[in-house]
Amino acid sequence: MAKIIVVTSGKGGVGKTTTSASIATGLAKRGKKTVVIDFDVGLRNLDLIMNCERRVVYDFVNVINGEATLTQALIKDKHVDNLYILAASQTRDKDALTKEGVEGILNKLAETYDFIICDSPAGIEHGAQMALHFADEAIVVTNPEVSSVRDSDRILGILQSKSRRAELGMDPVGEHLLLTRYNPERVLKGEMLAVEDVKEILAIKLLGVIPDSQSVLNASNQGVPVILDENSDAGQAYSDAVDRLLGEDKEHRFLDIQKKGFFKRMFGG
Amino acid sequence: MLLSVKRIHENMHASTSLSENYVQLKGSLVPMTVMELFQFDSAKIESSLAQIISQAPGFFEGAPIIIALEKVADEDIVIDFAKLLESCAALRIKPVAVRGGTLIQQLAAKKSGLAVVPSNKGRQDPKTVPIEPFANESATQEAPATKPVLEEVSSPQESPDIAPKAEPEQMEESPQEAEMVTTKIIYQPVRSGQQVYARGGDLIILAAVSPGAEILADGNIHVYGPLRGRALAGVRGNTEARIFCQSLEAELVSIAGQYKISEDLQKSGWKSSSQVCLIDDKLTITPLSK
Repeated sequence: MAKIIVVTSGKGGVGKTTTSASIATGLAKRGKKTVVIDFDVGLRNLDLIMNCERRVVYDFVNVINGEATLTQALIKDKHVDNLYILAASQTRDKDALTKEGVEGILNKLAETYDFIICDSPAGIEHGAQMALHFADEAIVVTNPEVSSVRDSDRILGILQSKSRRAELGMDPVGEHLLLTRYNPERVLKGEMLAVEDVKEILAIKLLGVIPDSQSVLNASNQGVPVILDENSDAGQAYSDAVDRLLGEDKEHRFLDIQKKGFFKRMFGG
Repeated sequence: MLLSVKRIHENMHASTSLSENYVQLKGSLVPMTVMELFQFDSAKIESSLAQIISQAPGFFEGAPIIIALEKVADEDIVIDFAKLLESCAALRIKPVAVRGGTLIQQLAAKKSGLAVVPSNKGRQDPKTVPIEPFANESATQEAPATKPVLEEVSSPQESPDIAPKAEPEQMEESPQEAEMVTTKIIYQPVRSGQQVYARGGDLIILAAVSPGAEILADGNIHVYGPLRGRALAGVRGNTEARIFCQSLEAELVSIAGQYKISEDLQKSGWKSSSQVCLIDDKLTITPLSK
């Protein structure tokens, strides 16, 4: 049975799409058959991050409307096996997503895939609600600042009240906190919330802490999910997060200030 | 959906043992809203009632109401019940009885189809409970003054059990039924944007209440996690309602319409276990642990 995971946040620009791309790539690298769906109809980005924007023929909305089959719309990833991408439509808006349409596609995908990653749009409106409705688990992407934390809190409330699991009275949606853009130096200066503060406010399980890193930006611009950059701290942090998602117990890294050695200072790190 | 625990009481045995009987009269305690009149001016009453109801539209919709006459200043005043009922009907509340008042007033009420319930006295005075407030108490902000006060009380409608064939088993159950008050228990965090309301009873939250969340109860509120949102106890006017919390970090606390906002709360008991109650009509924060 496939597991449906929504990557959501409420707030925009916190790293949902980056996270969706990396988590999906990480799962596929570990041999799980994975599909990642862009729910951000009208503002599609996932194809850029995954470098498949030139291969989009049919999209999610085409499939919902029966204008294309799933096989036609699914794009095979170039970096790893077992990974497929379903792009969002850029010319439509979020009303094109219907509950029945989304459900039909997810049910069909569930027959062949182990993991279905839903990259949610920002906000709490229709698009975001469609992305989270069928989720079994949720990765709540949060930046260490108050407004992002509050929006995450809001989306957690919606997960508890508007998801299919909540409506049917099933076990609640599994909640995971992923803290992104974490900068221990700025935490020390009091310019950012510490991991512990965010954990305390949101009171959910910590899936991972992704350090604020230039490698994330580089990876996005090159269209390679940052998890594939195994030398970068952010890539390693995402890799740990995927392991934890699969049930491994791993210690959290990159929470403290990294002391730069002599060579790093000389040659850059 | 939020988990809530409600005790649902059903009189199961009634269908079997009393199948030959058609009706039974039993004593029961029902929470009722009381509208206290201070003076009578039908136009002014209607406008201030409308104001109260507009603060919580829906709470009072179709609610049965007892009109209390104990606090009417001028005893000889003639109350036009027909007019009063008209105003109430327009605001969609339903007076069912009067309480207190003079014999003449009661007679007038009966003529308008209202019942008369006995006046209840000897309610516990909150002032008798010794409580030491925090040293630097800040001024309470009062909600806009309103003429009629809507107060939530239990209206005892005690009548002896006059079931034709009262079985001993039923006799035992009746008092229990009377004490039944619904308490809502929430096990999960109340998140920003969520609202939880315990109608007619207490609210117990076993987790955190986030900023931007709102918890309301007709009775008391207990929060066994940090209280960071808004907490409103006694929303239908019960001035004896209290709020108890393990860590007071609220955006707003209110009891029966009197409130304090976060800014004022910082001065007394911030982030400590506290209780909030009304003492001499003044919202007071007192520490729970000493």
